[in-house]
Amino acid sequence: MSTTVPAGYKWWSGGKSPFNVSYGKLMMWYFLMSDTFTFGALLISYATIRMSQNYWPDPNHVFNTFPGFGHTNLPLAFVSLMTFILIMSSVTMVLAVNAGHHMNRRGVEKWMAWTIVGGLAFLGCQAWEWTHLITGEHAVLINGKIQEISTTVKGNPWGPAVAGLMHEGHQVNTPGPIAFGGFFFGITGFHGFHVFSGVVINLIMLIKTRLGHFEQRGHYEMIEKAGLYWHFVDLVWVFVFLCFYLV
Amino acid sequence: MEQHAAVASPEITFPHEPASSTKRVWKVFWILLIITMVELSFGFTIYFIHMNPNFNEHLVLAFKGTIVILSLAKAYYIVSVFMHLGDEIRNIIMTIVLPLLLFIWFIAAFLWDGHSWRNLKNEFNRDLPQQTQPQPEGQKPGALD
Repeated sequence: MSTTVPAGYKWWSGGKSPFNVSYGKLMMWYFLMSDTFTFGALLISYATIRMSQNYWPDPNHVFNTFPGFGHTNLPLAFVSLMTFILIMSSVTMVLAVNAGHHMNRRGVEKWMAWTIVGGLAFLGCQAWEWTHLITGEHAVLINGKIQEISTTVKGNPWGPAVAGLMHEGHQVNTPGPIAFGGFFFGITGFHGFHVFSGVVINLIMLIKTRLGHFEQRGHYEMIEKAGLYWHFVDLVWVFVFLCFYLV
Repeated sequence: MEQHAAVASPEITFPHEPASSTKRVWKVFWILLIITMVELSFGFTIYFIHMNPNFNEHLVLAFKGTIVILSLAKAYYIVSVFMHLGDEIRNIIMTIVLPLLLFIWFIAAFLWDGHSWRNLKNEFNRDLPQQTQPQPEGQKPGALD
Protein backbone atom coordinates (compact mmCIF):
# COMPACT_ATOMS: atom_id res chain seq x y z
CA MET A 1 0.00 0.00 0.00
CA SER A 2 1.55 3.29 -1.01
CA THR A 3 0.43 6.90 -1.25
CA THR A 4 1.40 9.19 -4.10
CA VAL A 5 1.46 12.86 -3.09
CA PRO A 6 2.69 15.65 -5.43
CA ALA A 7 6.05 17.12 -4.35
CA GLY A 8 5.77 20.28 -2.24
CA TYR A 9 2.08 19.70 -1.47
CA LYS A 10 0.88 22.12 1.27
CA TRP A 11 -0.77 20.02 4.03
CA TRP A 12 -1.18 22.85 6.53
CA SER A 13 -2.94 25.45 4.35
CA GLY A 14 -6.36 24.52 5.73
CA GLY A 15 -9.54 22.96 4.36
CA LYS A 16 -8.29 19.37 4.64
CA SER A 17 -6.86 16.92 7.15
CA PRO A 18 -3.05 17.28 7.36
CA PHE A 19 -2.78 13.58 8.22
CA ASN A 20 -4.46 12.06 5.15
CA VAL A 21 -6.16 9.34 7.25
CA SER A 22 -9.71 9.03 8.54
CA TYR A 23 -10.60 10.33 12.01
CA GLY A 24 -11.14 6.79 13.33
CA LYS A 25 -7.75 5.54 12.20
CA LEU A 26 -5.94 8.60 13.57
CA MET A 27 -7.62 8.11 16.95
CA MET A 28 -6.71 4.40 16.92
CA TRP A 29 -3.08 5.46 16.45
CA TYR A 30 -3.31 7.91 19.35
CA PHE A 31 -4.96 5.31 21.55
CA LEU A 32 -2.18 2.84 20.76
CA MET A 33 0.44 5.51 21.50
CA SER A 34 -1.10 6.11 24.94
CA ASP A 35 -1.26 2.34 25.51
CA THR A 36 2.45 2.21 24.64
CA PHE A 37 3.08 4.55 27.56
CA THR A 38 0.95 2.37 29.87
CA PHE A 39 2.92 -0.76 29.00
CA GLY A 40 6.14 1.25 29.02
CA ALA A 41 5.44 2.46 32.56
CA LEU A 42 4.70 -1.10 33.73
CA LEU A 43 7.84 -2.56 32.16
CA ILE A 44 10.05 0.30 33.37
CA SER A 45 8.76 -0.03 36.95
CA TYR A 46 9.58 -3.76 36.73
CA ALA A 47 13.09 -2.92 35.50
CA THR A 48 13.55 -0.36 38.30
CA ILE A 49 12.64 -2.84 41.04
CA ARG A 50 14.78 -5.49 39.41
CA MET A 51 17.75 -3.11 39.31
CA SER A 52 17.26 -2.29 43.01
CA GLN A 53 17.73 -5.94 44.06
CA ASN A 54 21.02 -7.75 44.58
CA TYR A 55 19.44 -10.95 43.29
CA TRP A 56 16.83 -11.62 40.62
CA PRO A 57 15.64 -15.08 39.46
CA ASP A 58 17.14 -16.35 36.19
CA PRO A 59 14.24 -16.72 33.71
CA ASN A 60 15.90 -19.84 32.27
CA HIS A 61 15.30 -21.59 35.61
CA VAL A 62 11.74 -20.31 36.12
CA PHE A 63 10.39 -20.88 32.59
CA ASN A 64 11.92 -24.20 31.60
CA THR A 65 8.99 -26.56 31.07
CA PHE A 66 6.92 -27.62 28.08
CA PRO A 67 3.46 -29.27 28.20
CA GLY A 68 3.78 -33.04 28.02
CA PHE A 69 7.49 -33.11 28.84
CA GLY A 70 7.16 -33.28 32.63
CA HIS A 71 10.20 -31.92 34.47
CA THR A 72 12.57 -32.03 31.48
CA ASN A 73 14.72 -28.90 31.53
CA LEU A 74 13.70 -27.00 28.34
CA PRO A 75 14.51 -23.32 28.86
CA LEU A 76 12.93 -20.83 26.40
CA ALA A 77 11.15 -23.59 24.45
CA PHE A 78 7.52 -22.89 25.37
CA VAL A 79 7.82 -19.12 25.12
CA SER A 80 9.36 -19.54 21.64
CA LEU A 81 6.21 -21.38 20.62
CA MET A 82 4.04 -18.56 22.04
CA THR A 83 6.11 -15.95 20.18
CA PHE A 84 5.83 -17.90 16.94
CA ILE A 85 2.04 -18.20 17.33
CA LEU A 86 1.73 -14.43 17.81
CA ILE A 87 4.00 -13.57 14.83
CA MET A 88 2.01 -16.01 12.68
CA SER A 89 -1.33 -14.47 13.70
CA SER A 90 0.10 -11.03 12.89
CA VAL A 91 0.87 -12.27 9.37
CA THR A 92 -2.65 -13.65 8.89
CA MET A 93 -4.04 -10.31 10.15
CA VAL A 94 -2.04 -8.29 7.62
CA LEU A 95 -3.21 -10.71 4.90
CA ALA A 96 -6.82 -10.02 5.98
CA VAL A 97 -6.18 -6.27 5.69
CA ASN A 98 -4.66 -6.84 2.26
CA ALA A 99 -7.70 -8.88 1.14
CA GLY A 100 -9.88 -6.00 2.36
CA HIS A 101 -7.99 -3.53 0.17
CA HIS A 102 -8.93 -5.69 -2.81
CA MET A 103 -12.59 -5.99 -1.65
CA ASN A 104 -12.05 -9.76 -1.41
CA ARG A 105 -14.68 -10.76 1.16
CA ARG A 106 -13.81 -14.47 1.10
CA GLY A 107 -10.15 -13.65 1.75
CA VAL A 108 -11.01 -11.36 4.68
CA GLU A 109 -13.20 -14.07 6.24
CA LYS A 110 -10.52 -16.74 5.84
CA TRP A 111 -7.62 -14.71 7.25
CA MET A 112 -9.67 -13.21 10.10
CA ALA A 113 -10.69 -16.73 11.15
CA TRP A 114 -7.02 -17.84 11.21
CA THR A 115 -6.09 -14.73 13.22
CA ILE A 116 -8.74 -15.60 15.81
CA VAL A 117 -7.43 -19.18 15.98
CA GLY A 118 -3.91 -17.81 16.59
CA GLY A 119 -5.16 -15.52 19.36
CA LEU A 120 -7.01 -18.35 21.09
CA ALA A 121 -3.95 -20.61 20.81
CA PHE A 122 -1.81 -17.94 22.46
CA LEU A 123 -4.34 -17.49 25.29
CA GLY A 124 -4.37 -21.28 25.81
CA CYS A 125 -0.57 -21.29 26.10
CA GLN A 126 -0.67 -18.47 28.61
CA ALA A 127 -3.34 -20.24 30.69
CA TRP A 128 -1.12 -23.34 30.81
CA GLU A 129 1.95 -21.34 31.81
CA TRP A 130 0.11 -19.48 34.59
CA THR A 131 -1.40 -22.71 35.93
CA HIS A 132 2.00 -24.35 35.87
CA LEU A 133 3.61 -21.50 37.86
CA ILE A 134 0.77 -21.10 40.37
CA THR A 135 0.42 -24.82 41.12
CA GLY A 136 4.08 -25.93 40.80
CA GLU A 137 5.55 -26.08 44.33
CA HIS A 138 9.24 -25.93 45.16
CA ALA A 139 11.18 -26.52 48.36
CA VAL A 140 12.19 -23.26 50.06
CA LEU A 141 13.99 -22.63 53.34
CA ILE A 142 11.87 -20.14 55.36
CA ASN A 143 12.82 -19.32 58.98
CA GLY A 144 14.96 -22.45 59.20
CA LYS A 145 12.15 -24.76 57.95
CA ILE A 146 11.74 -26.32 54.52
CA GLN A 147 8.38 -25.35 52.99
CA GLU A 148 6.81 -26.07 49.61
CA ILE A 149 5.68 -22.81 47.93
CA SER A 150 4.66 -21.90 44.38
CA THR A 151 5.09 -18.77 42.27
CA THR A 152 2.33 -16.30 43.18
CA VAL A 153 2.06 -12.57 43.91
CA LYS A 154 2.80 -13.41 47.55
CA GLY A 155 5.55 -16.00 47.21
CA ASN A 156 8.62 -16.62 45.11
CA PRO A 157 10.49 -19.93 45.41
CA TRP A 158 13.21 -18.84 42.94
CA GLY A 159 15.71 -17.29 45.37
CA PRO A 160 19.42 -18.19 45.64
CA ALA A 161 20.11 -21.89 46.28
CA VAL A 162 21.06 -23.03 49.79
CA ALA A 163 24.44 -24.68 49.21
CA GLY A 164 24.31 -28.45 49.69
CA LEU A 165 20.73 -28.64 51.02
CA MET A 166 18.49 -31.10 49.16
CA HIS A 167 14.85 -32.03 49.78
CA GLU A 168 13.37 -35.18 48.14
CA GLY A 169 15.97 -34.99 45.40
CA HIS A 170 15.49 -31.29 44.65
CA GLN A 171 17.73 -28.32 45.44
CA VAL A 172 16.35 -26.13 48.28
CA ASN A 173 16.28 -22.35 47.67
CA THR A 174 15.79 -19.32 49.86
CA PRO A 175 12.75 -17.14 48.98
CA GLY A 176 13.32 -14.86 45.98
CA PRO A 177 12.29 -11.20 45.65
CA ILE A 178 8.55 -10.95 46.35
CA ALA A 179 8.00 -8.44 43.50
CA PHE A 180 8.73 -11.08 40.84
CA GLY A 181 5.28 -12.69 40.82
CA GLY A 182 3.39 -9.40 40.97
CA PHE A 183 5.22 -7.97 37.98
CA PHE A 184 5.10 -11.20 35.97
CA PHE A 185 1.40 -11.91 36.51
CA GLY A 186 0.48 -8.22 36.33
CA ILE A 187 2.22 -7.45 33.06
CA THR A 188 1.63 -10.74 31.20
CA GLY A 189 -1.94 -10.62 32.53
CA PHE A 190 -2.47 -7.10 31.20
CA HIS A 191 -1.01 -8.21 27.86
CA GLY A 192 -3.19 -11.34 27.89
CA PHE A 193 -6.22 -9.14 28.53
CA HIS A 194 -5.28 -7.15 25.41
CA VAL A 195 -5.02 -10.41 23.45
CA PHE A 196 -8.43 -11.46 24.76
CA SER A 197 -10.08 -8.15 23.83
CA GLY A 198 -8.30 -8.32 20.44
CA VAL A 199 -9.83 -11.75 19.84
CA VAL A 200 -13.29 -10.38 20.73
CA ILE A 201 -12.81 -7.39 18.37
CA ASN A 202 -11.61 -9.70 15.59
CA LEU A 203 -14.60 -11.97 16.16
CA ILE A 204 -16.98 -9.01 15.81
CA MET A 205 -15.17 -7.95 12.61
CA LEU A 206 -15.48 -11.49 11.22
CA ILE A 207 -19.23 -11.52 11.95
CA LYS A 208 -19.67 -8.08 10.35
CA THR A 209 -17.72 -9.24 7.31
CA ARG A 210 -19.93 -12.34 6.97
CA LEU A 211 -23.03 -10.16 7.26
CA GLY A 212 -21.69 -8.08 4.36
CA HIS A 213 -21.58 -4.79 6.28
CA PHE A 214 -18.21 -3.73 4.87
CA GLU A 215 -19.13 -4.74 1.32
CA GLN A 216 -22.16 -2.43 1.52
CA ARG A 217 -19.96 0.34 2.93
CA GLY A 218 -17.59 -0.02 -0.02
CA HIS A 219 -14.43 -0.37 2.06
CA TYR A 220 -12.88 -2.58 4.76
CA GLU A 221 -11.34 0.16 6.89
CA MET A 222 -12.71 -1.40 10.10
CA ILE A 223 -10.51 -4.45 9.40
CA GLU A 224 -7.53 -2.08 9.17
CA LYS A 225 -8.35 -0.51 12.56
CA ALA A 226 -8.82 -3.92 14.22
CA GLY A 227 -5.54 -4.90 12.53
CA LEU A 228 -3.73 -1.94 14.09
CA TYR A 229 -4.87 -3.10 17.53
CA TRP A 230 -3.88 -6.70 16.85
CA HIS A 231 -0.41 -5.77 15.60
CA PHE A 232 0.03 -3.60 18.68
CA VAL A 233 -0.62 -6.67 20.84
CA ASP A 234 2.14 -8.48 18.93
CA LEU A 235 4.40 -5.44 19.34
CA VAL A 236 3.91 -5.40 23.12
CA TRP A 237 4.73 -9.12 23.26
CA VAL A 238 8.09 -8.39 21.60
CA PHE A 239 8.97 -6.32 24.68
CA VAL A 240 7.32 -8.59 27.29
CA PHE A 241 9.27 -11.49 25.74
CA LEU A 242 12.42 -9.38 25.92
CA CYS A 243 12.03 -8.17 29.51
CA PHE A 244 10.74 -11.33 31.20
CA TYR A 245 12.19 -14.25 29.26
CA LEU A 246 15.33 -13.15 27.43
CA VAL A 247 17.27 -10.74 29.64
CA MET B 1 -13.67 -10.24 -9.27
CA GLU B 2 -11.05 -7.56 -8.71
CA GLN B 3 -12.36 -4.16 -7.67
CA HIS B 4 -10.95 -1.23 -5.75
CA ALA B 5 -12.13 -0.18 -2.31
CA ALA B 6 -13.89 3.18 -2.02
CA VAL B 7 -12.14 6.04 -0.21
CA ALA B 8 -12.99 5.47 3.46
CA SER B 9 -13.40 9.08 4.54
CA PRO B 10 -13.39 12.68 3.24
CA GLU B 11 -10.32 13.30 5.42
CA ILE B 12 -8.27 11.31 2.92
CA THR B 13 -7.07 13.66 0.16
CA PHE B 14 -4.82 11.15 -1.60
CA PRO B 15 -6.13 7.56 -1.48
CA HIS B 16 -3.72 4.73 -0.71
CA GLU B 17 -2.85 2.47 -3.61
CA PRO B 18 -3.40 -1.16 -2.47
CA ALA B 19 -0.39 -3.47 -2.65
CA SER B 20 -0.62 -5.78 -5.66
CA SER B 21 1.04 -8.78 -3.96
CA THR B 22 1.72 -10.09 -0.47
CA LYS B 23 5.43 -10.50 -1.19
CA ARG B 24 6.48 -7.78 1.27
CA VAL B 25 4.37 -9.29 4.08
CA TRP B 26 6.09 -12.66 3.74
CA LYS B 27 9.50 -11.05 3.47
CA VAL B 28 8.89 -9.26 6.80
CA PHE B 29 7.58 -12.50 8.31
CA TRP B 30 10.90 -14.21 7.50
CA ILE B 31 12.86 -11.23 8.85
CA LEU B 32 10.89 -11.35 12.14
CA LEU B 33 11.31 -15.12 12.40
CA ILE B 34 15.07 -14.99 11.78
CA ILE B 35 15.57 -12.12 14.28
CA THR B 36 13.58 -14.12 16.88
CA MET B 37 15.75 -17.20 16.24
CA VAL B 38 18.91 -15.11 16.69
CA GLU B 39 17.48 -13.67 19.95
CA LEU B 40 16.73 -17.18 21.19
CA SER B 41 20.22 -18.40 20.31
CA PHE B 42 21.64 -15.46 22.32
CA GLY B 43 19.28 -16.41 25.17
CA PHE B 44 20.70 -19.94 25.14
CA THR B 45 24.23 -18.56 24.96
CA ILE B 46 23.56 -16.56 28.13
CA TYR B 47 22.12 -19.72 29.72
CA PHE B 48 25.32 -21.62 29.02
CA ILE B 49 27.56 -18.72 30.08
CA HIS B 50 25.69 -18.67 33.42
CA MET B 51 26.62 -22.33 34.03
CA ASN B 52 30.19 -21.25 34.69
CA PRO B 53 30.22 -19.78 38.24
CA ASN B 54 32.97 -17.27 37.31
CA PHE B 55 31.27 -16.01 34.13
CA ASN B 56 32.21 -12.73 32.47
CA GLU B 57 29.48 -10.20 33.35
CA HIS B 58 30.44 -7.81 30.56
CA LEU B 59 30.00 -10.57 27.98
CA VAL B 60 26.48 -11.32 29.29
CA LEU B 61 25.67 -7.59 29.25
CA ALA B 62 26.88 -7.33 25.63
CA PHE B 63 24.59 -10.22 24.59
CA LYS B 64 21.65 -8.67 26.45
CA GLY B 65 22.29 -5.29 24.80
CA THR B 66 22.34 -6.92 21.38
CA ILE B 67 19.02 -8.64 22.12
CA VAL B 68 17.49 -5.24 23.04
CA ILE B 69 18.67 -3.74 19.73
CA LEU B 70 17.28 -6.73 17.79
CA SER B 71 13.90 -6.30 19.57
CA LEU B 72 13.83 -2.65 18.50
CA ALA B 73 14.45 -3.79 14.91
CA LYS B 74 11.46 -6.16 15.21
CA ALA B 75 9.33 -3.30 16.53
CA TYR B 76 10.37 -1.16 13.54
CA TYR B 77 9.31 -3.84 11.03
CA ILE B 78 5.97 -4.51 12.75
CA VAL B 79 5.04 -0.81 12.95
CA SER B 80 6.39 0.20 9.55
CA VAL B 81 5.12 -2.68 7.39
CA PHE B 82 2.43 -4.63 9.28
CA MET B 83 0.79 -1.49 10.68
CA HIS B 84 1.50 0.41 7.41
CA LEU B 85 2.83 3.47 9.28
CA GLY B 86 5.74 3.59 6.81
CA ASP B 87 3.21 4.11 3.99
CA GLU B 88 1.53 7.10 5.63
CA ILE B 89 2.61 10.70 5.07
CA ARG B 90 5.36 12.28 7.19
CA ASN B 91 2.92 14.31 9.33
CA ILE B 92 1.24 11.27 10.89
CA ILE B 93 4.52 9.36 11.26
CA MET B 94 5.97 12.26 13.28
CA THR B 95 2.88 12.74 15.47
CA ILE B 96 3.22 9.10 16.57
CA VAL B 97 7.00 8.69 16.74
CA LEU B 98 8.15 11.99 18.31
CA PRO B 99 6.24 11.56 21.64
CA LEU B 100 7.95 8.16 22.03
CA LEU B 101 11.28 9.97 22.39
CA LEU B 102 10.18 10.60 26.01
CA PHE B 103 11.04 6.93 26.60
CA ILE B 104 14.74 7.74 26.31
CA TRP B 105 14.59 9.88 29.44
CA PHE B 106 12.02 7.60 31.06
CA ILE B 107 14.21 4.47 30.80
CA ALA B 108 17.52 6.17 31.64
CA ALA B 109 16.16 7.99 34.70
CA PHE B 110 14.36 5.01 36.24
CA LEU B 111 17.12 2.45 35.68
CA TRP B 112 19.56 4.92 37.21
CA ASP B 113 17.20 5.35 40.17
CA GLY B 114 16.86 1.59 40.70
CA HIS B 115 20.62 1.18 40.59
CA SER B 116 21.19 3.98 43.11
CA TRP B 117 18.50 2.50 45.36
CA ARG B 118 20.38 -0.80 45.44
CA ASN B 119 23.64 0.96 46.33
CA LEU B 120 21.99 2.94 49.12
CA LYS B 121 20.41 -0.19 50.60
CA ASN B 122 23.70 -2.07 50.45
CA GLU B 123 25.54 0.76 52.16
CA PHE B 124 23.14 1.80 54.90
CA ASN B 125 20.37 -0.76 55.40
CA ARG B 126 21.92 -4.19 55.34
CA ASP B 127 19.09 -5.87 57.19
CA LEU B 128 16.00 -4.66 55.34
CA PRO B 129 13.64 -7.64 54.90
CA GLN B 130 13.25 -7.19 51.11
CA GLN B 131 16.91 -7.95 50.67
CA THR B 132 17.28 -11.55 49.65
CA GLN B 133 21.00 -11.90 49.17
CA PRO B 134 24.00 -10.69 51.11
CA GLN B 135 25.52 -7.53 49.74
CA PRO B 136 28.51 -7.90 47.42
CA GLU B 137 31.97 -8.06 49.00
CA GLY B 138 33.75 -4.81 49.61
CA GLN B 139 30.74 -2.63 50.45
CA LYS B 140 30.65 -1.90 54.16
CA PRO B 141 27.83 -0.10 55.92
CA GLY B 142 28.49 3.60 56.24
CA ALA B 143 31.20 3.46 53.58
CA LEU B 144 30.40 6.99 52.50
CA ASP B 145 31.23 8.43 55.96
